[in-house]
Parts: sequence; structure tokens; C-alpha cells
Amino acid sequence: MFDIRGAKKLVEVKDLKMHFPIRSGLLQRVTGAVKAVDGISFDIYEGETLGLVGESGCGKSTCGRAVLRLYEPTSGSIILDGKEIAHAPFDKLRSLRPMMQMVFQDPQASLNPRMTVAGIIGEPLSEHSKMTGKERLERIYELMDAVGLNRDFANRYPHEFSGGQRQRIGIARALALNPKFIVCDEPIAALDVSIQAQVVNLLEELQDRLGLTYLFISHDLSMVRHIADRVVVMYLGKVAEIGPRDGLYEDPLHPYTQALLSAVPEPDPVSHDNANRTILEGDVPSPANPPKGCNFSTRCPRVMDICRQIDPEVREVKPGRFVACHLYNETTPETADNAAEPAEA
Amino acid sequence: MTDNADRPNQPLHGAGATPAGAAPVMEFESYRAPRNQWWDVWDQFKTHKGALFGLGFFIFTLLFVFVGPLIWTLDSQFIDIRARNAGPSWAHPMGTDQLGRDTLARMMAGGQTSIAVGLTAMLLALFLGTLIGVMAGYFRRIDGLLMRMTDLFLALPLLPLLLVIIMLYRDNLRAAFGPEGGIFVLIVVVIGATSWMQTARVVRGDVLAIKEREFVLAARSIGTPSHRMITRHLLPNVMSPIMVSATLGIANAIITESALSFLGLGFPSDFPTWGRLLFDATDWLTQNPERVIWPGLAISLTVLSVNYIGDGLRDALDPRIRGR
Repeated sequence: MFDIRGAKKLVEVKDLKMHFPIRSGLLQRVTGAVKAVDGISFDIYEGETLGLVGESGCGKSTCGRAVLRLYEPTSGSIILDGKEIAHAPFDKLRSLRPMMQMVFQDPQASLNPRMTVAGIIGEPLSEHSKMTGKERLERIYELMDAVGLNRDFANRYPHEFSGGQRQRIGIARALALNPKFIVCDEPIAALDVSIQAQVVNLLEELQDRLGLTYLFISHDLSMVRHIADRVVVMYLGKVAEIGPRDGLYEDPLHPYTQALLSAVPEPDPVSHDNANRTILEGDVPSPANPPKGCNFSTRCPRVMDICRQIDPEVREVKPGRFVACHLYNETTPETADNAAEPAEA
Repeated sequence: MTDNADRPNQPLHGAGATPAGAAPVMEFESYRAPRNQWWDVWDQFKTHKGALFGLGFFIFTLLFVFVGPLIWTLDSQFIDIRARNAGPSWAHPMGTDQLGRDTLARMMAGGQTSIAVGLTAMLLALFLGTLIGVMAGYFRRIDGLLMRMTDLFLALPLLPLLLVIIMLYRDNLRAAFGPEGGIFVLIVVVIGATSWMQTARVVRGDVLAIKEREFVLAARSIGTPSHRMITRHLLPNVMSPIMVSATLGIANAIITESALSFLGLGFPSDFPTWGRLLFDATDWLTQNPERVIWPGLAISLTVLSVNYIGDGLRDALDPRIRGR
């Protein structure tokens, strides 16, 4: 397993906020904001895979895109390899682009239907390198080999491929500039289960060979357990819990993480029926109008009075494990028995 | 489609360079280098019978009007009053008009103007329409302004506007570019500047839709600047509506020019265009009906052939249709 100690921080996200303005009325005045990402902080260490999980609409993808500055973040800072990118001007950002790339969710939509495979994979090369046509073609073939595509496919168009092959094209494009950091935005969600395994194994193999760092966004908890070293759980634009994979999956601290993990389907039908699931009541509140206090207070099975008043901060409750929950406040009397039960780490 | 003809040019893939994954297949089979995609376009275009026929006819028309006068050397302005209102004969294969001018020579001379006006006015309208459409769709800030301007132009009544413009500027332009040149510039600009709006609307709509697709986001994550984003990702994907506008635009321009000449507002009365020939011939409809048929046929068939070319080109430019 990946060892945090001694590893260097490649990406530091601090208090990142991404609010989308809501305009209304005749004059289109800003009357509110969808707080898709509302002040989240995490670090990604070099060579690790950080899984980002949460339910639909909790801001996972927005967070991933904001980290690459595909959106203009409302506030906060993103430091990639020592360089601030959250507010860098276009030219400076462009020179940093080769370091960070993205693999998209929908391989159909993320490839230009009018470009050949060679054109798609070669686009980053022609943007950022001064290769001649021949060198570029050689590099394109190299990349196609790396992701397991037949070289003969180079002059075909995306619509001629299956979903898994298209995703390989997307991965080859992301790898073209030798990036250090790749955001994988649900790269397997649109694929068949058998293809999912292929693509995930390809991503792992490439990570081993090229020393890549991933931010792996997914709602598939089993897949994240398979690929991630550490996991961030998001709820309604905020971090609920951050922790190393094994600790988090065996002993979830935040009530939301507990509910989320208990929702993972069980392959064994007997234990599936007997599973003691935490079923959450109600719906996710609107990110345009989040509840006062803790975002999860409206649905939390263990809600306390303080949760409806004060928004909990993310604190390190055990080494490497960060939780945003009042259950783990040192000063709260309930903390003692609640925190005591999941003892080992 | 592609055969093995271009394979021998390709260096065989070196055995050492491939990692284990894809190697076994490749050792036997060489691979084709990405060839220029215009060859694929041509291959597909060739399969469209109507388009080929249209292209053939259009080339024939071009040869007829531009090379024809070198062979049929009779001057279109030469008046042979004794042969006036003659029917087809060996001396005048398409007959003569009321002043005894040879209709075949006038068809050639008129075609030059009509086709030149059609092509240039179409290009101007297409350029304006695409530019404004892409700008409005891509840059949100100027969208409102540009689209209201488009609405403004759409709301202008075309024919009265043309009449006013021609009245106002005809003399100045004549002074600057000569009698024919001045009118040519005037007509091209007027037709171009009043027929770009549909293109702009359609292109803007498509750009708005394509801008939100993930491949544009992917290009942004690579750091592609706006101008290359437009030329590389947006324009190729709005090619179909642009192609359709282009072909309809040529037809529209030729017909508008004909209408203007027909109304007597286009080129000088002795300067032949297909529209002017048609206009002059209507007075002699009962006596010499073939004089109406020639220019009418030329206009209709040219427009039809251009429409077919556009149809074939649009299909050929779409890789999803290509090869089917």
C-alpha cells in the first residue's frame, strides 16, 4: 500500500470554493449561488491515487474540473507542484497544462467526432511541443501501444470504436504530454462492467510504469476501494471524511460514510438480505440553499443540537484520518462513547 | 475505401519498440499512416451520384462561360440588325435578340457575371454569417449584441433596401470602379450583406451546443487557445449547416441578381447577365419563346447542380456518414 510518510505533496487544495451564480429577474441580477464546491481542502501526494466519492450532484466532478482550472474557482488556492494555479493568468496556466491532464467520463462526448484518432492524440503534442510531423506520429504510435490500441486505428474516427477503445483513446491523449497528475472523472461510469476492469487495470499499470498521480472521481465504492490509496468522501460540496482506504472502509467515522458504505451491494445473497443497512431518510438539500450548521444535519441518523447550529470543521481525529463531524469533538460529552467504539486503526 | 496501395511507403514497425500488449498482431500486418482526410472526403464524394453529376455540370457551365467565348468569338455586343429576332440557325445556334445580337455569345458573357456574382456574394455572406455566428456562440459577452444586430438585419425589408442602396451609391461606385465594376461590387456587397443572417443564426445555435460538449473541455484542459479551439473543434463540427447555407447562398445570390437585373436595377441595360437576358426576353415571349428558355434553364440548372454538390460535400465531410 502507498505510504504517505516521506512522500511529497504534489497537489494542495486549500479552501476551494466553486459557486455558480443564479441569475433571475428582468435584469438578470445575481440572486444566489449554487455552492457546488464549498470550501474543500485536501492534499494529493506524489504517486498516490486519491479516490473522490460521493453521491450524484455532490460536486465531485465540479471539484475535479476546478482543480484543473477548467472552471474559474470562486476562491481558494490550488498548488500543483509548488505553483499556484487557481488564479494564474492564461499564458502561465498554458505552460502548466502539460503537467495536469484529465480523463473524461463519457468517452463518446470527449472525442471530437471530426478528428481521427491520430489527430486527437496528437493535439496536445502539436499544442505544446515543436515536434515534426514524423516525430509526432512516432509518439502517437508509442502512446497507442501503451494503451493497447492497434496502430492501424490511427486514421479512424471515434465513432468506429467501442466504448472501452474510446476511453483508451482518451487516456492516450491524457498521457501524451507526460503529465504528473491526471484527474480521472468517472472514467469507468459509462462502460460495461467487463470493460471497467480492463480500463482500471490499464490505469493502474500506467501508474506503476509512469509514476502518475491520480485524482480518481467515482461513485462506485468498490472500484475506489480497488484503486485508491486514500479516499475523500464528499457531501453537498463539502468534505465529510478523508482517510486511508483500508481504515476508511473498515471503520468509517462520519455517519455519512457509514451510510454510504452500508449501501454497497453485497454479492452474497444471504448476507445481502441480512445486511444491517443504514438507510438515510429524505433527499439531498439543494446546494443553492444548504442547511444551517452541518450540511448533513437534515439526514444524519445521529444528529445532535449542535449540528444544526455550527458547521463542523475538518479535523484530524486519528493519524491520517480527517472527519468533519461534531461526534468527534473532544468537548462534546457524546464523543466519548461514540468515538470509543471504533477503536483500532 | 483505402486499399493497400500506400503501404509500401510505410516503414515497417520496428520490433523492439512495441511493448508486449499490441505487438503480436503488428508483426505481420503493417499499418497505414494517417493519410490526408481530404482523400477520404473525395472517396465518399465520388459515391454520391447526384453530387458527381452536379460537379460535372458545374464544371461544364464554367467552361461554357469562361472558355466558350474563346471558341465562339462573336462579340456579345455586336449588333447585326438584319438578323434580328432570328430563331436558332448555324450562324446563331441560340438565335438572336431584337437588335440582332447573338444569344449564345450573350449567354456566355452573361454567365460570367452571374456566376461571379453568385460565388462572391455567397462567399461574403458565408464569411459574415460564420464569423458572426461563431463569435456570438463562443463569446458569451457579445452574444446579445450580435444577435440583436442579426434580428435587425432580418427585419429589414430586402428589396426596398436594395433599391435605396443602389440609388444612393451607384454613381459613386461607378466613378471608382468603372460602370460594370462598380455595379459588380455594389451588387455583391448588397447581396452578401443582406443574406448572412440565416447562416449566423444556424451557426450560433450549433456552436452553443458544441461548446458544451466534453471534447471542447478536453481541448481546454490541454490549453488550446480560443482561436485554435474555433478552427480545430468548432468549425469542422458546424460544417454541415455552413455547407447547406453555402449552396443555398449561391442559388440565392444568382436569383437575387437576376431579380435586380429583371427590375432594371442591376447592371447597365446593354451589359448581359442571365437575369437581364431573361428580363429582356419577356417582352418577346410570344414571338421568340426560346429566348426565355435559355437563361432560365441556365439559372435553374446551375443552382440545381450547386445544390447537389453541396449535398454530396456535406455527406462527405461527415466521418459518421463516410464509408457507409
